[in-house]
Amino acid sequence: MRGLTSKALDVAKKLGASYADIRIVDRKQETVRTRNGNVESLGSSRSRGFGVRVLYDGAWGFSSSARVTEEEVRRVAEEAVAIAKASATVKRDKDVTLAPVEPVTAKWESKCKVDPFSVKTEDKIALLLEADRLMRQNKGVRVASGNFMALREDKIFASTEGSYIEQTKIETGAGIEATAADKGELQRRSYPNSAGGDYASRGWEFVESMNILDHAERVADEAVQLLTAKQCPETVTDLILDSSQLTLQIHESCGHPIELDRVFGQEASYAGTSFLTTEKKGTFQYGSPNVTIVADATLEGGLGSFGFDDEGVPAQRTTIVDKGIFMNYLSSRDTAAELGETSTGAARADGWNRIPIVRMTNINLEPGDWTLDEIIKDTKEGILMETNKSWSIDDKRLNFQFGVEVAYEIKDGSIGAMLKNANYTGITYEFWRSCDAVANKDEWRLWGLPNCGKGEPGQVAHVGHGAAPARFRGVKVGVGKWQ
Amino acid sequence: MAVRGLLGKEEALRIVGRVLESSPGDMTEVLLSGGVSYLTRFSDNYIHQNVADSGHSLRVKVIFGKKIGTASTNSLDEDAVKEAIETAARVAELQKPNEEFEGIPGPEPIPEVNTFFESTFEFSPVDRARGVKIITDAAQAKGFKAAGAFQTGASEICIANSLGVRAYHRSTSAHLRTVVMSDTGSGYADALATDVREIDPAEVARIAVEKCEAAQNPEVVPPGEYEVILEPRAVADMLGYLVRGGFSASAVREGRSFLSGKVGEKLFAEQFSLWDDGLDPRGFPMPFDLEGVPKQKVVLVEKGVVKDLLYDFKTAKKEGRKPTGHGGFGGWGPMASNLFMAPGDATVEDMIKNTKRGILITRFHYTNMAHPMRVLVTGMTRDGTFLVEDGRITKPVKNLRFTESALRVFGTMDMVGKDLHRAGRSVVPAIHVPAFNFTGVTEF
Ligand SMILES: [Zn+2]
Repeated sequence: MRGLTSKALDVAKKLGASYADIRIVDRKQETVRTRNGNVESLGSSRSRGFGVRVLYDGAWGFSSSARVTEEEVRRVAEEAVAIAKASATVKRDKDVTLAPVEPVTAKWESKCKVDPFSVKTEDKIALLLEADRLMRQNKGVRVASGNFMALREDKIFASTEGSYIEQTKIETGAGIEATAADKGELQRRSYPNSAGGDYASRGWEFVESMNILDHAERVADEAVQLLTAKQCPETVTDLILDSSQLTLQIHESCGHPIELDRVFGQEASYAGTSFLTTEKKGTFQYGSPNVTIVADATLEGGLGSFGFDDEGVPAQRTTIVDKGIFMNYLSSRDTAAELGETSTGAARADGWNRIPIVRMTNINLEPGDWTLDEIIKDTKEGILMETNKSWSIDDKRLNFQFGVEVAYEIKDGSIGAMLKNANYTGITYEFWRSCDAVANKDEWRLWGLPNCGKGEPGQVAHVGHGAAPARFRGVKVGVGKWQ
Repeated sequence: MAVRGLLGKEEALRIVGRVLESSPGDMTEVLLSGGVSYLTRFSDNYIHQNVADSGHSLRVKVIFGKKIGTASTNSLDEDAVKEAIETAARVAELQKPNEEFEGIPGPEPIPEVNTFFESTFEFSPVDRARGVKIITDAAQAKGFKAAGAFQTGASEICIANSLGVRAYHRSTSAHLRTVVMSDTGSGYADALATDVREIDPAEVARIAVEKCEAAQNPEVVPPGEYEVILEPRAVADMLGYLVRGGFSASAVREGRSFLSGKVGEKLFAEQFSLWDDGLDPRGFPMPFDLEGVPKQKVVLVEKGVVKDLLYDFKTAKKEGRKPTGHGGFGGWGPMASNLFMAPGDATVEDMIKNTKRGILITRFHYTNMAHPMRVLVTGMTRDGTFLVEDGRITKPVKNLRFTESALRVFGTMDMVGKDLHRAGRSVVPAIHVPAFNFTGVTEF
């Protein structure tokens, strides 16, 4: 591939580009979906291509193609320069500049015990269909579904600064879901998480570790129980979130507003901007002293882990919130340069035909020193909520409202009745400032979220979030007219 | 004829024909799609991203009896295509028979509709930059910052199967959108077309700048019930939730829809008529669905009465009727892609005049279904939210969160705009709703 990458970089340089990079990406994916006793879809897909990104006269251009040939590489590099020239006709008073990075030649591979592509498809089907059968033993279940996904991505990055990086990443994910419906009520329960389950940069061993079959009947029973469960009351109370719902809370109210491109308005017309404006860096009280959040792309097995980001910047661990104080952003080389800093290594692209933009890595709430049991015992009156169902947050990431699959009353330190249609709402920093207990590292777990959308044209990122259950005081719950 | 980045009808049919010939399946379905897409993105009054993308993807479905396997590739090289066919066949062999499988559709005549415009196809990066500059200049002149995107592209889709379906369609599309903002308020405007010559950047700039000016220094109004005027983008957003799960015949069969057992009932306001029409050039026409079935015009709601549902091949077969051309989305079930709402006779001005105390909403942000059977949706307002008192706009307000049912919105709406607008893939008017539930407020 060295021949092709050099070709692209040479063409761009000859045409006057001050910087260029090329990524050649080859993705292989396998999916199995089961539904009500049938294998609904069994598919395999492959996508290969390359993208060339150039800076010309201080402005960006990018083009891409699926035809990985020398002739096409030349055409695409030329087109990228032509596009950058058009960009340069609508410029600011300053050029785009790139924060420095050390050029490297490197190879990186994610760790994987059992290659998910080597496991027989029959075994994957058998697992999901058995879970399906177990769920549908409960006659109240209308739809039982199962999901398995394996992804292999081989990627080469080369830049005019001299980097040449080869990376291979394997991802595996699985999950099940039961839907019950009756008399105008519809309820879902999933395992291990909603939105298709849980994902990691690991092999088939990750799916085995889920013990899906041990949870199938419970998931079905809970979905049916929810149909007649008590409606979550509209009130202000103490809220305990399980770690899977917390991952979404972190994702939406911390992960997105710390993206430096959003702060600079680069996503303003689509995903929005951020309330974490630059003067807040290092001083703003984002949460209580119990809240420490890190961005860690170096965690083994994390869905948001890698060796180098898509600008060739090495994976890093960055403190985002330190004992409640907002400290750092996720950044790319061009956004970091605007602050006179180096990149925190978070520029990631969704495949060969997209440019790298600022993306989450693994954004984790660090563990505290409670146990979930102790938190519950310590709560006089409250609600415990589990597993995300719906999400919404404003375009500066302040006012949020999340719905969960299931909730439970907490009374005098113990778990009470099941509640349905539970949701909660708040303002990001008020919510995190009300956090007074976080469970310890034994209950801390890293989750994978495969569906983070951002950018125009749209890009989907695979990111990770670690959390242990936590408690928030005085939260508004049960929003909406439910009776 | 083949043009840059597109295969053209002849070549597309040749490729899918080759797949059908070499497939070992009892039945085979091929979907070939792709094209070129260009997007110029701007923020802070400069172009900060500018991208091009070209390529195709080929999906092969090989069927043995009731066993189905699919494979897809983005390379149209002979070897890659061969590998995809082999993979799909191997996967199908591994399958258990799907008892729900009802076969694949046979050929039917496909209507012609022209949605391909050279003007859009030939639109260059320089042309897009010119359009962007009109907007950034207009924003700058008022001391505002503009962000947005100008997207143009051409795509083609070819669907074929071993029963003789051969469907090909190509189209162009263009979308210019912008948020014009300051630190104390923002305004949104956009324009969509199949022919880029219909897009007037100066008009988009004018609306967004005016909205932004009017939106400066918003005040807080307390959440609660308000009259609302929903501009077309907000209407299309709510409508999407109503139709997505609700009007799918498979969702109705499975008891997952609010319409289960209610087809034929009057559930909506008298002024609410809704249909899906894949041939109407006011939208983004597409003459067949992803199964290669020609699209029927389906009247979903007429004067508030639920008339019909959307069918894919499988669900239609089960109910012994013709598919409506809304299939091919797998587990999602049938979907609408060309929604039209009947216009009324009011202008937005009329709606404002008739509002005692209400909120005018430009668009929503980050909406999500809170409860599918109640079609309860939550989301935020964004980029131009105004208080209307005694028949006139009195001030901009800080953005509000709503938690409201789309059933109530379209069940009680009492004024409908006379102009239709493209909003996403839907074509809708503005509406006035007598009561709408706001449940929170944010800081800007
Ligand atoms: Zn996200």
